[in-house]
Amino acid sequence: MTPVQAIIAKELRGYFVSPIVYVVGAVFLFIFGLLSYLYVGFAGAQAIQLMQMQGGMAQINLNDLVFRNLFASMRIVLVIILPILTMRLFAEERKLRTFEFLMTSPIRIHEIVVGKFVSVFLIYLGLVGLTVLVPTVLMLFSDFDWNPIWTGYIGMVLLGALFLSVGLFASALTENQIVAAFVSFGLLLTIWLIAGLGSLFGDTTAGRIISYVSYMEHYERLVRGLIDTSDLLYFGSGLVLMLFLTHRVVESTRWK
Amino acid sequence: MIDVHNITKRYGHHTAIDRVTFSVAKGEVLAFLGPNGAGKTTTMRILTCFMPATEGTARVAGFDCSEQPLEVKRQIGYLPETPPVYQELTVSEYLTFVGRLRGITGPKLSSALDQSIGRLELGSVRHRLIGNLSRGYRQRVGLAQALLHDPPVLILDEPTVGLDPKQIIEIRELIKSLAGSHSVILSTHILPEATAVCQRVVIINEGRIVAEDTPEQLSARLRQSEKVSITLKTCPVDCETKLRAIPGVLSVFPGQAGGSYLLECELGRDLRDEIARVAVLNQWGLLELRTVSMTLEDVFLQLTRHEDHLSEPAEATVSMAPAERTDA
Repeated sequence: MTPVQAIIAKELRGYFVSPIVYVVGAVFLFIFGLLSYLYVGFAGAQAIQLMQMQGGMAQINLNDLVFRNLFASMRIVLVIILPILTMRLFAEERKLRTFEFLMTSPIRIHEIVVGKFVSVFLIYLGLVGLTVLVPTVLMLFSDFDWNPIWTGYIGMVLLGALFLSVGLFASALTENQIVAAFVSFGLLLTIWLIAGLGSLFGDTTAGRIISYVSYMEHYERLVRGLIDTSDLLYFGSGLVLMLFLTHRVVESTRWK
Repeated sequence: MIDVHNITKRYGHHTAIDRVTFSVAKGEVLAFLGPNGAGKTTTMRILTCFMPATEGTARVAGFDCSEQPLEVKRQIGYLPETPPVYQELTVSEYLTFVGRLRGITGPKLSSALDQSIGRLELGSVRHRLIGNLSRGYRQRVGLAQALLHDPPVLILDEPTVGLDPKQIIEIRELIKSLAGSHSVILSTHILPEATAVCQRVVIINEGRIVAEDTPEQLSARLRQSEKVSITLKTCPVDCETKLRAIPGVLSVFPGQAGGSYLLECELGRDLRDEIARVAVLNQWGLLELRTVSMTLEDVFLQLTRHEDHLSEPAEATVSMAPAERTDA
């Protein structure tokens, strides 16, 4: 087992011993289920209306009416929930003075950062994996195209990875977990709102550049079923940038 | 094994340690002695590559702390001030994690685990969560962590804090047994600990090294007079004058208990038989007579209180209270 794997294993163990994963997981899955139920309910109501107007069987598009809305709504859920998962990663180490131990172990800082990120990302993947149950059940009762659902899932995984890296960065800034959660919450909302700022500028170069910084349009394209390299590049580079900044912050604590 | 040359650490305008230079040979146990905030922990953190020095060089086992930190970290077992334990892990899970971080795997890891658990007598709590253990056990788990990979250099920041007296003796024995094969630096403000375990003592105060020697030589160096303590059964008013009249006696201080006196005598003269003869002659009823040697505690207090005298310790004036300080 390499040192990175050892860190991943230790972090996973830490998550499952504490109630965080169970509470966050339960809330996440409950909200996902509730949203699915609501959107399916709305779709059903629309189908009945259509049937009354047109007579006979109405064809409704679950991809448009349920899944697109569902994935779009998950953004705000992720903004609220993921900082709770990441807040302990560095803040707790610093609070409990195990940070000094990690920093004096023969392991590089980027290995610590990557190990911690991968551990929380695996937990997130597990939670997202459980939600596949919803389209699987719906498949039994209706027909829809799986492709946009897969791209929606890719979007949710990439968006989650970006959020987790922002949360990891915030956790490295402080030894207080609440502060870490609020800082990442604030950062994520700010990056969200940058999209609004971009739209103020309209279709100008400045507007496009500002909008590019926000994750909104990149995520929306994936939810609509479009896989664009520029969006993948956005999430990839955002993730690398945040992990790099985390590395710098962790490194800088040595100088204080 | 450890070479520290002129290291200085500044936090903003505050200088935590100032041009500290010392070295530790292979197999030597060195005590770092100083009041709280003297710079012990800062020095240790620089040696363990947790933080870089502002100036100067530190080398461990031939590797430079700022240029080859990974190599240095491999050579060191470090116990920080607070035992670095994860409360959600059991003792053996924690030590397994530490071993893996250090790249020990497979059968080597399990034998290292058994050895360090055995050394610190953690067998009975092996499968318990560290969060549920007492302070003393956590401290021992922290020590087990530092010893796990059998490093050539051990840096222990107050290793016996939080232990009960029996455990303190056991840990001191353990540290003594490491001497010879391991180079150890331990910081402490418990003075008998330094005397009990270490071959050499470095006294640090306000970021500067104020003395460095063996415990015995330190007390010899700072001793300006021989001291003899006596206890008399009866002590008439004139006994103080008669005692002072003995040739060689410099001064006489009455002790705390009635009938006890502390006599300061000229350096290099043993006046015990003369004092005994006077006491018997005057029928004072001599109950006790013994020499008082300066303990490390006195040395320590003297060095950390009177900084002006540090450059010329031989000429420093001893302002020792006449309380009995004996070497046990």
